[in-house]
Amino acid sequence: MNIQKIALVGNPNSGKSSVFNQLTGLNQHVGNYPGVTVDKKTGSFQLGDGEKVKVIDLPGIYSVYPKSEDERVVFEILNDPQNENYPDLFVVVVDATNLERNLLLFTQLHDLGVPIILVLNMFDLLREEGIRIDVEKLSELLGTIPVVPLDARKGEGIDKLKKAVSDFQQTTWIPFLNESHISESGAKTLLTESEQIEDTDHRFKKIAQILKFCLKRETPPKSRKLASNNIDKIVTHPIWGYGIFLFILLMIFQAIYELASVPMDLIDNVFLVLSQQVKSTLPSGVFTDLIAEGIVPGIGGVVIFVPQIVLLFAFIAILEETGYMSRVVFIMDRLMRPFGLNGKSVVPLISGVACAIPAIMATRTIDQWKDRLITIMVTPLTSCSARLPVYTLLIALTIPEEEIWGFMNLQGLVLLGMYLLGFVAAFMAAIIFKLIIRSDQKSFLIMEMPTYKIPRWSNIGITLWEKTKVFVWEAGRVIMAISVILWVLASYGPSDRIEKAVSAIPKPVDTSVDAEKTYEEKVSSVRLENSWIGILGKQLEPAIEPLGYDWQVGIALITSFAAREVFVSSMATIYSVGEDFEDEATMIHRMQQEINPTTGEKVYNLASGLSLMVFYAFAMQCMSTLAIVKRETKSWKWPLLQLVYMTTLAYMAAFVTYNYLQ
Amino acid sequence: MDTLDQMKLGDLAIVQKVSSSVLACKLTEMGLYPGKEIKILFKAPLGDPIGIEVGDYTLSLRKKEAALIEVTVGT
Repeated sequence: MNIQKIALVGNPNSGKSSVFNQLTGLNQHVGNYPGVTVDKKTGSFQLGDGEKVKVIDLPGIYSVYPKSEDERVVFEILNDPQNENYPDLFVVVVDATNLERNLLLFTQLHDLGVPIILVLNMFDLLREEGIRIDVEKLSELLGTIPVVPLDARKGEGIDKLKKAVSDFQQTTWIPFLNESHISESGAKTLLTESEQIEDTDHRFKKIAQILKFCLKRETPPKSRKLASNNIDKIVTHPIWGYGIFLFILLMIFQAIYELASVPMDLIDNVFLVLSQQVKSTLPSGVFTDLIAEGIVPGIGGVVIFVPQIVLLFAFIAILEETGYMSRVVFIMDRLMRPFGLNGKSVVPLISGVACAIPAIMATRTIDQWKDRLITIMVTPLTSCSARLPVYTLLIALTIPEEEIWGFMNLQGLVLLGMYLLGFVAAFMAAIIFKLIIRSDQKSFLIMEMPTYKIPRWSNIGITLWEKTKVFVWEAGRVIMAISVILWVLASYGPSDRIEKAVSAIPKPVDTSVDAEKTYEEKVSSVRLENSWIGILGKQLEPAIEPLGYDWQVGIALITSFAAREVFVSSMATIYSVGEDFEDEATMIHRMQQEINPTTGEKVYNLASGLSLMVFYAFAMQCMSTLAIVKRETKSWKWPLLQLVYMTTLAYMAAFVTYNYLQ
Repeated sequence: MDTLDQMKLGDLAIVQKVSSSVLACKLTEMGLYPGKEIKILFKAPLGDPIGIEVGDYTLSLRKKEAALIEVTVGT
């Protein structure tokens, strides 16, 4: 039989992805099934004779009767032989250490009469446990189908699998259950609920019988599962469990902040140099300016996120691969439920402290649409790392450096308060969304807890590569476009307004470097003030005055609409200081001197500083997040709602803060 | 009859019946068919969800879902 296309099918945690990675290496592509947020993984490999075979890694499922989005995707393919994803051969991957439950899916598929191969994955673990399996007898009792023992983690047996694919011959089909409902009607006409249960019950009883014949315990049980259970007693312990989780989280964030800062500074510098290079090599003109000041920094603004995203995904992938993730879900589920969230929301929500983008991409593990949507909607309220430079600047500016209760630093306390505020707001918003969003689906948590395993680094590497690609491509395009638009608005103004304003600045009398620098910084400041954005900022003033801001802040609010951290560099331009770090002290000094002309009071005081911090804590000032939310919810409805509700919340909270403190 | 959510830590039980509900089929597919022996391995703080041993693997489920499973105490 000429096999050109195979599909890998199996339970979640059966090691199916490892088999897929071993077969295809980097020869793979991750896309999306149309209309749903289920990863579609395809790839290819070569058989011994050079023949190329396409592989589809179908989502992990427990049964052919669909109950989740993943199972529905597989169900649709199974029932449509014309579907482009319908294979010539089904390769069912089962966890050999957990045969009974894994074989259920195999027998269901077999009874559909499709060409099929059975792969016994994690075969080495079964041997380690001292269990011998009679592969030939198993093959015979299951209906004379090819059975390939394999260890995908070490790559052992992959060649045998390839050989089994090229040697595959359709033999006489012997259904597993003679009275099977599936083989009579096909999965097409769904059985009634009670028929499904009856069918499943029959299958399990027969599988149990078969396994009695095929499995022989040779040595007393080894302690792998026992060890796993013992670890579980600690990590699910009412006190130790949370302690361990907290400790792991602290380590992860420490690592992210430590490790990400080096490549981030590097990327920052590389793009700065690149921009200067473009300016000095290309002939000066609008086009050069667009590249040097619009496009290059735009790309830089996308790439700068990559180190954090890679690190965060790496840690999430390690938690998943080792099996610890499901324990986190287990201990957190009950605590999250009153907020309309579930245990699986915890890691995305906490990841939001680093960056909302990977956090939202990580919500795909949440099966229930409503729970997943709520998690997506509230995650951007947690204070991400892009807010940190904004908080730091404003705290240095408006919060006095003093100790309270003799040992706490007030500035540090305010920073901590901002992070807590983010979490509190996220949970409050979750409660409201729980009431608003309607769903017929009942929330449940029926979850396998896999045994602990050493992570497979190549699996993690492939995951990181794919996720980063998605971010750079999906969010990158949007960020680029908005950056260019913002650059145009910040560089041009109506007719010759900018030129007039610039020529009004007195030229430096002496030609010292300092005087030149001061002059140039003044020019940038005046240019921005008279650009479209400057005008918009001034127009915005009446609207933001009740929050305690003036038009300078208005400009920074607009420029940082695409990304929050831009606030700091905009402030630097507005207050005519360079963008070096040494200049931050100068900037803070200048901002502190700023006096409101109408009231005669300082512009940046405790009330307006905190009001601005609260605004940044809640406002949706991140285009990348909106782009990812659109991708993950398949519509513009949710990101737009998010933009509206977060901006409204930010405005109201800032208003209350300012007027309460004023 | 007893239901799974009433069992104590370390208890052995035998599944008798899964009460009819939208989750009945799902629970059966996860290996909880009548006659199956199970063991309560651990409980999350507040006693919910619970972790049980089903044959060769560990399954976790909420109390509400465990209440759908009728069991007899095993030995």
